[in-house]
Amino acid sequence: MDRSPDVVIVGAGIVGAAAAHVLTAEGLAVDVVDRGAPASGVTGAGMGHIVVMDDSPAQLQLTAYSRRLLDELAPELSASCELSRCGTLWIASGEAELEAVEAKQGAYAEAGIASEVLDGDDVARLEPELRRPLFGALRVPGDTVVYPPGLARWFLDRAVERGARLHLGTEIDSLGPREVRAGTTTISAGAVVNAAGPWSGRLSPGLPVTPRKGHLLITGRYSGFCRHQLVELGYLASAHDLSQDSVAFNLQPRPTGQIIIGSSRQAAGWDGAIDRSVLQKMVARAVEFVPGLAGLDVVRTWTGFRPATPDKLPLIGPWPDEDGPWILSGHEGLGIATALGTAQILADLMLERRPELDPAPFRAARA
Amino acid sequence: MTEWAASVVVVGAGPAGIAAAIRAEGAGRSVILIDQAQRPGGQIWRHRDRAALPRQARSWLQRLDRSSVRLLTGASVVDAEPSSRLRVDLGGRPLGVRWNDALVLATGSHERFVPFPGWTLPGVVGVGGAQALLKSGMDVAGMEVVLAGSGPLLLPVAATLSRAGANLTLVAEQAPLGRVIRFGAALWRSPSRWLDAARYRAGFLRTPYRTGTWVLRAEGEDRVREVTLTDGDGERTLPCDLLCTGFGLTPASELARLLGCATDGWRVKVDGVQATSEDGVYCAGEACGIAGAEIAILEGEIAGLAAAGDRAGAERLGRRRPPHDRFVAGLAQAFRLREELSALPAGTTLVCRCEDVPLERLRDFGSTREAKLHTRAGMGPCQGRICQPALQHFFGWGIDSVRPPLFPTSLSVLAAPEEDESPPPPTSIT
Amino acid sequence: MSVESEVGLTVDGETVSSAADITVAAALLNLGKWRFRRSVSGSPRTPLCGMGTCHECLVTVDGDRHRRACMIPVRAGMRIETDD
Repeated sequence: MDRSPDVVIVGAGIVGAAAAHVLTAEGLAVDVVDRGAPASGVTGAGMGHIVVMDDSPAQLQLTAYSRRLLDELAPELSASCELSRCGTLWIASGEAELEAVEAKQGAYAEAGIASEVLDGDDVARLEPELRRPLFGALRVPGDTVVYPPGLARWFLDRAVERGARLHLGTEIDSLGPREVRAGTTTISAGAVVNAAGPWSGRLSPGLPVTPRKGHLLITGRYSGFCRHQLVELGYLASAHDLSQDSVAFNLQPRPTGQIIIGSSRQAAGWDGAIDRSVLQKMVARAVEFVPGLAGLDVVRTWTGFRPATPDKLPLIGPWPDEDGPWILSGHEGLGIATALGTAQILADLMLERRPELDPAPFRAARA
Repeated sequence: MTEWAASVVVVGAGPAGIAAAIRAEGAGRSVILIDQAQRPGGQIWRHRDRAALPRQARSWLQRLDRSSVRLLTGASVVDAEPSSRLRVDLGGRPLGVRWNDALVLATGSHERFVPFPGWTLPGVVGVGGAQALLKSGMDVAGMEVVLAGSGPLLLPVAATLSRAGANLTLVAEQAPLGRVIRFGAALWRSPSRWLDAARYRAGFLRTPYRTGTWVLRAEGEDRVREVTLTDGDGERTLPCDLLCTGFGLTPASELARLLGCATDGWRVKVDGVQATSEDGVYCAGEACGIAGAEIAILEGEIAGLAAAGDRAGAERLGRRRPPHDRFVAGLAQAFRLREELSALPAGTTLVCRCEDVPLERLRDFGSTREAKLHTRAGMGPCQGRICQPALQHFFGWGIDSVRPPLFPTSLSVLAAPEEDESPPPPTSIT
Repeated sequence: MSVESEVGLTVDGETVSSAADITVAAALLNLGKWRFRRSVSGSPRTPLCGMGTCHECLVTVDGDRHRRACMIPVRAGMRIETDD
């Protein structure tokens, strides 16, 4: 190595890529190491919903902050990021859920996130494929969708323009606070960032990050079939409960006219095989909401591993103590949505500045 | 989902699959034979009028008629579930097909294409593609047709086109004359092949057959109007309504790979009785290597006997098998693609036709997976079957993994719940 | 030898007749349709492989989109739309 970078980031997924982007913008010399190609792990398997979520106050703040940061970048993004301003519709499944719609709007308003409560007729007009009767929904017009590998690559390209070096196809054996080792090669750095997603626990043994398996399907091209990302209000409950496997209705229109159908959550270890019974449950749930899906062609199915933490919040900071390597992991299903916000907090902490958000809920050493 | 079951299930009703089904049935097993097409025969015995087929084909089809094999046509296998069950798309309805003892894969091959400028124009078809379209009713009478590609398939297709009234102006084989002759000489052991070749050549006597000649580009506004070829020295442009181009065959191993069977490149690995690496799964015919119908039939018979539990019988037949690997290697060597073909596509030439990805966008990447993620090459409805062999040829990239569905199919077929007892599909089971 | 009879079809709104016992792909080519579908960037496409692999021949059959014309036999009264 002809230089020792300020920071070496392990993982060229969306989180590591966003960190490389933000840190190089701060003038730091950055190396990024990945055992494969950029975005070839969880990022390549993700949906790319840039969504504000309110499972907890900290999550609400982080998702809102991250969405704003990405919006600020929007004019610069390349076409390959496929930014689509489709908004989100949180669908109520019955009268009983209308109260939850109101409550959600209140929470969003407090966080400065615009949303509107729709009645059943409004929803039917906006998304005619949804099954009647419709009760209502919360529309969050500012939520967007990106193509995650495109965005990750865009972040890395910016970082490389500012001097970052990529070491792709390089399997890391171990890492310490100031170096990473790959075979006989050691890269020394001022700081090390473990952004290896669900695999971060392998490099930092004991880190409370576990794989949470998800399945997705994608259809052929059916332009105009739906316009918003459609999510059932019960999605949060499904995402929240770590104790059991679950599916929830989550539908995403891609700019290609394709539709991604989700979602599932399973504690299945590292078995990445397609689980047919999960696919069946997911499709059944989706068809309950959108009957017309049943007749569309599916072209592909896949699985991925979300990096989950016990309290559903990411880990940002040194671990296990102030002298440990930095962790930027545990984003669960919100890695694409919160990569930029978490990268900015990481940069602020590294540069000993006060982050815009209180970093305490995300402190890696809390775990 | 309605479910059917048999002792032995055979996928693919070409020569290998028919032979396997009949042998397994002859050994006393219940057999289901599945094919995507409307009639049995596969590509080589594709027909509308059975009387037009060669005697050997008619004879096997008659044996199939007389057998108790349940034939399921118009049926695409879209998934292989871990529980020894195939999921089949039968005219848009789901059907489960369970094998109780053995599964025989006789999935054949795909035509291999080499992208060149203009190859996406309407009127540019495969060589096997032209044969299939002719046999399914395309009228080529009076069309100006050029055949340019590689491999033994050029001759019979040229003969068929000529007989169908096409004005076939040139048959161009990219392999040099010397290699084609050496390949032919190796066939002396198999006189029937010579007879076939001679008969095919007689079928288009008025058309020049040029070896060492390959296509450079196809041109036309809304469809192909002319094609330019070269023999390495000069260029020649011919008017053309239909350009048939194909560069040999690639084993169709998607189903085998989904089941976890070990492969060598695209070929499914089998032992002396056609058993794959997966318990109870056998493979026969071109999916284990491109070697022609004669060998496919024999392999099918071996696989059928083995699948029915008659291992001794399978081994006996196996001893009659010619040195298959040598033939596969000989064929691949004789018609291996000349280096000039790698330079055919321009930067703007589309390699992935489903997602319209040009060559220049693919050069930055290092693997099939990476290119897929960042360009969508191979992500369209053909699921990479057309572009992956080309990407492998151009860049040496590996073969990507296979996941369900094997073919695009409706959500209701791929994920019909177990308990949904929909009425039996409008079935062509006989 | 089977007797070639004709069937009536509707192709892009026009009533036409086609030989029976042939595929939709063959019927469309025989009618001079040199655009089965438009590719994602808008260029016209017709069948390449003829045997269900390439998906270049996708058309709408009786309202059902993205059907492989090379795999479907024509049927009296069938409605076919190209250029999707």
